[in-house]
Amino acid sequence: MSLPKAEVRRLFKRRVTRIFLILTLLGLAIFPVAFTISSQRTGPEQRAQAAERAQQDFERASADFKLQVAQCEAEKAAGATDTEVRYGPNCGADFGPRPEYFEPANYLPFEFDFSREFQPSVYVFCAILALVAFVIGASFVGAEWHTGGMTNLLLWRPRRIPVLLTKLGVLLGAMLGLTVVVGALWTAAFWAIGRYDGQVGKLTSGVWQSFALTGARGAVAVLLAATLGFCLASIGRHTAMALGVGIGAVVVSEIGLRIAFELVQVRFGDRFILSTYLVAWFDKKFTLYDYRACDFAQGQCNPGELVITWQQSAALFAIVLVLALGGAIWSMRRRDVV
Amino acid sequence: MPAVLEISGLEKTYQSRFRGARKALDGFDMVVESGQVHGFLGPNGSGKTTTLRTLLGLITPNGGEMTLLGERVPAALPRVAGRVGAIVESPQFFPNFSAHDTLSLLAEAGGVPKQRVPEVLELVGLRDRGKERVKTYSLGMKQRLAVASALLKKPELLILDEPANGLDPGGIREMRTLMRGLAGAGMTVLLSSHILGEVQLICDSVTIISRGRRVVHGPVAEVLAQHAGGGVTVKLESADDLSHAAEILIAAGARVTPRPDHLIVSNVEKSAWVTRTLAERGYYVSELAPVKVDLESVFLELTQTAPVEGQARQVDDSAVVAPGQGGWGV
Repeated sequence: MSLPKAEVRRLFKRRVTRIFLILTLLGLAIFPVAFTISSQRTGPEQRAQAAERAQQDFERASADFKLQVAQCEAEKAAGATDTEVRYGPNCGADFGPRPEYFEPANYLPFEFDFSREFQPSVYVFCAILALVAFVIGASFVGAEWHTGGMTNLLLWRPRRIPVLLTKLGVLLGAMLGLTVVVGALWTAAFWAIGRYDGQVGKLTSGVWQSFALTGARGAVAVLLAATLGFCLASIGRHTAMALGVGIGAVVVSEIGLRIAFELVQVRFGDRFILSTYLVAWFDKKFTLYDYRACDFAQGQCNPGELVITWQQSAALFAIVLVLALGGAIWSMRRRDVV
Repeated sequence: MPAVLEISGLEKTYQSRFRGARKALDGFDMVVESGQVHGFLGPNGSGKTTTLRTLLGLITPNGGEMTLLGERVPAALPRVAGRVGAIVESPQFFPNFSAHDTLSLLAEAGGVPKQRVPEVLELVGLRDRGKERVKTYSLGMKQRLAVASALLKKPELLILDEPANGLDPGGIREMRTLMRGLAGAGMTVLLSSHILGEVQLICDSVTIISRGRRVVHGPVAEVLAQHAGGGVTVKLESADDLSHAAEILIAAGARVTPRPDHLIVSNVEKSAWVTRTLAERGYYVSELAPVKVDLESVFLELTQTAPVEGQARQVDDSAVVAPGQGGWGV
């Protein structure tokens, strides 16, 4: 067990790990702080004030509207011929303000609702952690190769594959621990915001279960990102290899392919975009619509649909994982350390 | 003495898609006996580092056999790695860790007691700088740290690739003393170096490699004696007579290499023959001495890497030995 212990020490002694962990915690802390500042608990008094302001705005808009219609009719009586162009048919009298346009709810300050708004915050949390896990994973092995640390280690522990997998195991364990601990703090922070500055909403066991599943999917995404960063840097024997491939994949997939598919009008082109599968993974499914086939001049259109399921996402991620891990193991086993 | 390291017929070819294949090791043989300091010499690109990396499992050979401490490697490497300390080429460490952290992480990974860390830092002279980051170290200090890392596990066999690289004169002398001390304590040291004077001083035996093949091997004293060639340097009273004297000696069957102020005469059984032959023709020798050879001249001769005026020697321009021919008198 000496190698895993040494690798845990090495991981947390590294400056990149420490700096990224501090920046991550600070960055994540911004969200609950911002929500705390912007969320205000609303009671009967605030709701009454909002209803009153909505009514006042409705009355003011109605008065302005009446003046406008009256002015139009006066101009019409004076012989103006362009009133229909400027005010619409019948001086726009058919399009006056209605009370439902002035919902009192829109006049309430922002109030955080934990049961409704926590889930999207988990996506943000996981996306940030996944990015950090990718960089730390890449640097953990990439810098070791680049600086010769891996060569030194292999002189002490010549079993290459166990060394590589021990490092990966330590990385994944650390990232999972980080996700669980910081995720628990994240949940507690947002629950406290809902409890003291907003609403917690109806927290049934089903809601908690849904949060837990979203968190689990997020944790898988974080571990996948860490593994990919680690494996790419191991194949390239440099951190930059993983970062380059990561940035390249994002640019090619999210920008290049989107533009290309738009130009050649590929049907459901988004099914070839990586982020589609990430969204489907978190939301259980993602529906793509083929609006290009619609001719709205003919009236309402029901566009063609393509549903990407989380199972499809899981299959894609598994293929990517097998390729990356297989490549890293093959490279570790077969390539000379020169 | 039993051999702690044996290499036989080692082959390694580097394949490049664009530049084709390049043979780095071409049937290389080496034997290092227990308790010796063994010098491993060769020109740049001759295959020294490839040999050491192959021996330590970092490079996969294309053929040949290797044993370390009596066990076949690379198969048995996990078993013997704990008994072999090594530094390969330039010292490489994570720059943001201190020497102490670097060594304690290695000690932990290798199951070595942590109290060994301050011991080796003391041994290589880094005791007071052990807490500083490696990136602040000079090349010589990194070299000391590399040696410390190799000594950490109290190895039976110590493999050092250019350990004196970057060391100051005092450091080189300390390294020499350290190695002699280690060998005296029963450790076998395999030392690859280009500082041939040091090798001659430190090493008991030597192997010279050129273009991936062994050119010569054996105890240092015997290698030097074998290449002294029984030659003598001859000076005359007048340097103007050297060309005539050379002609006389060549005509009498000697091999003569003229120098500006003397002749080097070989292929003679006794020095007195030179004096007598020249005196009979009226030329009188003012100085006659046996030719002294050092490891550097033997190395340059055997590897054919001596600088030639007006020529820029390329790294691959060294001696090629026929397979299986490496040995005495080559």
